[in-house]
Amino acid sequence: MTILFDGIAYGMLLFILAVGLSVTMGLMNFINLAHGAFAMVGGYLTVVLMQRFDVPFLVCLPMAFTGAALLGAVLERTLYRPMYRKPHLDQVLFSIGLAFMAVASVDYFVGSQQQIMQLPEWLKGRTELGTGTPWELGMGHYRLFIIAVCAALTVGLQYVLSATRFGSRLRASVDDPRVAAGMGINVNVVFAMTFAVGSGLAGLGGALGAEVLGLDPTFPLKFMVYFLIVVAVGGTSSITGPLLAALLLGVADVAGKYYVPKLGAFIVYSLMLAILMWRPQGLFVRQGGK
Amino acid sequence: MQWWEPLVWLLAFATPWALPHHALIINEIAIVALFAVSLDLVLGYSGIVSLGHASFLGFGAYTAALFAKWIHPDPLLGLAVGTVAACVLGALCSATILRGSDLTRLMVTLGMALILFELANKFDGLTGGSDGLQGVVMGPVLGRFEFDLMGQVAASYSLVVLLVLFFLVRRLVHSPFGATLMAVRDNRLRAMAIGVPVSARLAAAYTIAAGVAGAAGALMAQTTGFASLDVFALERSADVTLILVIGGVGWLYGGVIGAVVFKLLHDVISSITPQYWTFWMGLFLVVLVMVGRERLFKPWTWMGRT
Amino acid sequence: MKKRAFILSAMASATLCLASGAIAQDKFKIGLILPMTGPFASTGKQIEAAARLYMAQNGDTVGGKKVELIVKDDTSAPDVTKRIAQELVVNDKVNVLAGFGLTPLALATAPIATQSKTPLVVMAAATSSITEASPFIIRTSFTLPQASVSMADWAPNHGIKKVVTLVSDYGPGMDAEKYFKDRFLFNGGQVVDSLRVPMRNPDFAPFLQKVRDLKPDAMFVFVPSGAGAALMKQFAERGMDKAGIKLIGTGDITDDDILNGMGEVAVGVVTSHHYSTSHNSAVNKKFVAAFEKANAGLRPNFMAVGGYDGMRVIYEAAKATKGGSGDALLAAMKGQIFESPRGPMFIDAQTRDVVHNIYIRKVEKVNGQLYNQEFETLKDVKDPGKNK
Repeated sequence: MTILFDGIAYGMLLFILAVGLSVTMGLMNFINLAHGAFAMVGGYLTVVLMQRFDVPFLVCLPMAFTGAALLGAVLERTLYRPMYRKPHLDQVLFSIGLAFMAVASVDYFVGSQQQIMQLPEWLKGRTELGTGTPWELGMGHYRLFIIAVCAALTVGLQYVLSATRFGSRLRASVDDPRVAAGMGINVNVVFAMTFAVGSGLAGLGGALGAEVLGLDPTFPLKFMVYFLIVVAVGGTSSITGPLLAALLLGVADVAGKYYVPKLGAFIVYSLMLAILMWRPQGLFVRQGGK
Repeated sequence: MQWWEPLVWLLAFATPWALPHHALIINEIAIVALFAVSLDLVLGYSGIVSLGHASFLGFGAYTAALFAKWIHPDPLLGLAVGTVAACVLGALCSATILRGSDLTRLMVTLGMALILFELANKFDGLTGGSDGLQGVVMGPVLGRFEFDLMGQVAASYSLVVLLVLFFLVRRLVHSPFGATLMAVRDNRLRAMAIGVPVSARLAAAYTIAAGVAGAAGALMAQTTGFASLDVFALERSADVTLILVIGGVGWLYGGVIGAVVFKLLHDVISSITPQYWTFWMGLFLVVLVMVGRERLFKPWTWMGRT
Repeated sequence: MKKRAFILSAMASATLCLASGAIAQDKFKIGLILPMTGPFASTGKQIEAAARLYMAQNGDTVGGKKVELIVKDDTSAPDVTKRIAQELVVNDKVNVLAGFGLTPLALATAPIATQSKTPLVVMAAATSSITEASPFIIRTSFTLPQASVSMADWAPNHGIKKVVTLVSDYGPGMDAEKYFKDRFLFNGGQVVDSLRVPMRNPDFAPFLQKVRDLKPDAMFVFVPSGAGAALMKQFAERGMDKAGIKLIGTGDITDDDILNGMGEVAVGVVTSHHYSTSHNSAVNKKFVAAFEKANAGLRPNFMAVGGYDGMRVIYEAAKATKGGSGDALLAAMKGQIFESPRGPMFIDAQTRDVVHNIYIRKVEKVNGQLYNQEFETLKDVKDPGKNK
């Protein structure tokens, strides 16, 4: 049971990190391999604020979100926008270049060692339920926190998507930007906002994940693979797709490493391969979507 | 055959002897160029997006290394074995890239490379695991040319293989087979409609490209004398994709030019700033894409609009 | 037969190169190849800083020649390391190669050292077999068997009878696991399970959970220095210390570089290693002060000391041979005995490997900072890997 819990926590973290990527890929048809860099920015922002300015952890989280979102908005307007029309390969080149620059800059300013985060006391600790039974559930408080935050965010995102004006504009733009523009939707603004929010979420994910996943300048490159897996398996046309994909991968990874440690990393890759071969469009694709 | 081609190749062959101190990096460039050309066949001419092309590089490298170590140290034989082995792997894997969107293919190929990485790590009795496969001593090429410390023989050897395979691939893409490949790349549905056997073509292209990549891998193992796990790493596939895109996808020289530019740039920047060269490399890539490849070498066009 | 011909022709061409270059040789060149980028960049940083510190302290002239330090980044890719080493030997005509942050990098370069007769000083890599790859290899770092075996000797005498080993799945990790296990079993202990964590591992959770479920007395860990922090955090988060499982391992998990940031969770962890920043000797205090001063407060770790001592070995050998190279330089490196910031050490003339003290240390808070406090010393530990 604990393994399930851990897997869910890991999966939710992956989801928050990857959902921005999924939406931007579906919306702007833009392969942004620098997405991990926004996560890293959020993580480092949090660490620096906590270590140098003694800002409490909870305050750092929204700051990580805002910081990364602002950065995303600025970059979108200046650098990314001219890229939308370029072929995918150029976009890949561009975003990898950005990622390289981000990695080296962080290395230069902060140094290349692992950053260690000090959690506030109320987040350290663990609750054990049903010790000794097969249903033993040990829950680290921090992981509980992660699950709670991510669940709240997911509900919030889903609400925005389905029940607000902006959400329907977004969905329209994803389905067909030209028609949406023709209907009077300011597609540019939608793009900009979405990119900013997506980057902000990545930043938040980076801040939350620093504790569990570790944080150093090579973060964007290390974890890019996992984000891409979530997006590929989950599809880019909904929020629930990547969510379920992330959960599936999180649990599979954790369970795989527990029960068959010899095969550790295999499980995730093989699972992904199998899923993609069975359903090449991703597991959860809406009919009529891209 | 354009007029400048024979000149370029002659120049290329002269370099290991004219610039003996750079023979080693010339060797590396030749190998990466070959690898990039193989990726061009897959990416540029068939439209298959792959982030795991290093699978074949690595497979060719390990096969050639193991062959040289345990069976026979002749380089050409090892080269053939490596190429064939990679071809076989390519044929097997081609089943995975037939369906799905670009992103699917990206992930599937990536997954393949990562799985091979783990396999190589696990079977460390055979592959040497993360320490790498050491002790690969090659015999002389054609029975006469020993691999020297300067690397001149190695560079010439790699260049010859590059030349031969380059022209073979060129013949291929300029043939009716190549034409059908490009048709599939440009519009799959239409190609199917006019009777092109899409799956068969894609599989064939993928297999051949795998073989060429395997040849590059074999060269790498032979000229450096060992094989290690990072031939399967994501960085390899990512680097070669970068190289190809820098040089230009869809014309075979793109791979060669990209290799030269990237490697030289890396070497030069790295000597200046060993720790932060990735920053400048990233900057170069960003500027390259924003300004456009054609305009990169004409700085005066950067400011205005084309 | 072919091998001999290969080596002969390689040596011939190397000699030719060296001969042609010897006339212009008025500098003593050291080729320092380090991972300056990528996941092991902190290793490169520490070693480079230590090397430069040594040069600053001991002047840049040795044996009558000016010392030139050429630093190159190999991005932790062995074929790049090999090419850089080859270029350094052939083009720059270095007198000695040094650095080597990881095992495959050193192993790949070994043939170059042999063929060109260039001494190769390993300042970081820690797998036992490296010094056997070439007669020109000297090591000043340490070997994992040294640290693991020492821990396996110490643990059974302190109430630890049942252990689960957890190591990263690569060369040094497997070395650590094997040598710890063998010695621990020899000492009458019991190794319940041996887990291997993939190198690209984002989450230790499942592995730690498994250890917890097996309920050993202690968990013996080896992970490369960066991952130690994450492991410790999760160890505490999983309540393993409360479940009575001790954390023991080699000093890589309490790497001085990041120890201070680990916080309370690291206090009490017992490790075995050859160097601690808080080692109580005059030589060390001087070294640490100078290092921190020159590097904006960065604490030197065991990588730095490997680099510092490596430079010492090179300098002394250069002095003895008046800036020589090849066999003479190598001979002057073997058998050097001196006081290093880590304690007394010497380079075994037979195995060319380092022999030094291994300390058992515990993490404690001293003046508000965390340090590995040494409380037991195992003297003059030779590399157990060589006794086979």
